[in-house]
Amino acid sequence: MLDFSILVDHHKEFLSGFMTTIEVSVLALIASFILGLIIAVMRISPISILKAIATAYVEFVRNTPLLIQVFFFYFGLPAIGIQLNPFLSGTFGLTIYTASFIAEAIRAGIQSVPNGQMEAGRASGLSYIQTMYYIILPQAVKLVIPPIGNQFLNLVKNSSILGVISGTDLMYQGDLISASTFVVFDVYIFVGIFYLILTIPLSFLVRYLERRLAVSG
Amino acid sequence: MKKWNKMLGLSLMSLSLAVVATGCGSGSKEAAPSKPSGEQKQNGNAATSQGGSTLKAIKDRGKIVAGVKYDTHLFGEKDTKDNQVKGFDIDMVKAIAKDILGDENKVELKEVTSKTRIPMLKNGDIDMIVATMTITEDRKKEVDFSNVYFKAGQSLLVPNSSAVNGIADLKGKTVIAVKGSTSTKNIREKAPEAKVTEYENYAEAFTALKSGKGDALTTDNAILLGMKEQDSNFKLVGGLFTDEPYGIAIKKGDKEMVDAVNATLKKMEDNGEYDKIYEKWFKEKPKK
Repeated sequence: MLDFSILVDHHKEFLSGFMTTIEVSVLALIASFILGLIIAVMRISPISILKAIATAYVEFVRNTPLLIQVFFFYFGLPAIGIQLNPFLSGTFGLTIYTASFIAEAIRAGIQSVPNGQMEAGRASGLSYIQTMYYIILPQAVKLVIPPIGNQFLNLVKNSSILGVISGTDLMYQGDLISASTFVVFDVYIFVGIFYLILTIPLSFLVRYLERRLAVSG
Repeated sequence: MKKWNKMLGLSLMSLSLAVVATGCGSGSKEAAPSKPSGEQKQNGNAATSQGGSTLKAIKDRGKIVAGVKYDTHLFGEKDTKDNQVKGFDIDMVKAIAKDILGDENKVELKEVTSKTRIPMLKNGDIDMIVATMTITEDRKKEVDFSNVYFKAGQSLLVPNSSAVNGIADLKGKTVIAVKGSTSTKNIREKAPEAKVTEYENYAEAFTALKSGKGDALTTDNAILLGMKEQDSNFKLVGGLFTDEPYGIAIKKGDKEMVDAVNATLKKMEDNGEYDKIYEKWFKEKPKK
């Protein structure tokens, strides 16, 4: 059986790690959604310079490992005089990384709304942005909820990357507890269960939103 | 109704997942020491079947599988030019292979970190740990140690311009250490008012110090000397504030293997080979 005494003896570390993981996840989740939305809109905009910037961003960021991006923020930026603590480096890394995937999900959702909708909107006198806001986005939302939900779940799990830059998150605490107790399996199973406590409700939330919006649409 | 079914299904699923995970955890923990040797041979490099037969396993296999560091200057470091791992620890393994098997090349090296080495030894992935490992009472409960093969002590590495001159100056400062190392525990005791941050390995810890993520890096002097040699912008301060004898770790209860390693160490000291290896790496005579 699992050695629950470890959980009891080290509950402070587990809980503080759990809280850090929640904080990083929530911040990065909100920020990456906003950034992803902006990038997606840029990617499908008729202005070619915006499109080029957004495409470059997406291709560059989603095709490099998150670990390297986080290392860049943490170890790399001090070279040009910017010191970020582990928490901020991790949050920035996760935000920028996840935003590239969210942008792709949103772009795909928007582009799957038939072109005639945009034409009809413009023909009835709405501006590009108005058509986007009132006609296209509401239809795209329910298409993009499942893939965005996936990205949010990935984000929560990816936040374990903080562990390697001393980010005092769940993974970091797990590493330290396992190093001081010499227990590997049990500690990481507890860590895994803590992640499940975060991800399972998030899964349910995504499913709920999906169902609700499907009815209203 | 449908909704409830779904909910029930999902919660059952997560529950069974937890149970499976639980089973794995305790199962492999208990099963590890008594794995049948047949299964281990399939892995190609498994060490022992049951406690007490490491020496026989080595002789049957015709080589020693040793866990060493790949990222620690002077002790065990991968040379990117020829992909060979080199260092004091590696030469110790070779000397043991020469003594037990008659050929110093009958060695297979496996990379370990401070975090992975004890689990790997317990699982039988390696025959011994020769990886800058300090002998401690806590660790003696998990593994057996040979006699001391290197006398180290903990020190501090700081930038040349730093005002830190010893552990007394660490109040309110950030000290960098490596996860799972004894130096972490020691610095928390000796400088309780310092903030300790821990990294995966020495390369990352040193990078963190270089990029200003902390005021000092603490670990054994030998490792710090290696870092200083690579970058002369740093210096060692504070002397040796702990006594950290390195030992070779063997699976718990395998007295035969411990005796064999100790016999080799004794022989090496008597015939001067130990001094030769020591001077090759540390450019000084061993402190007696």
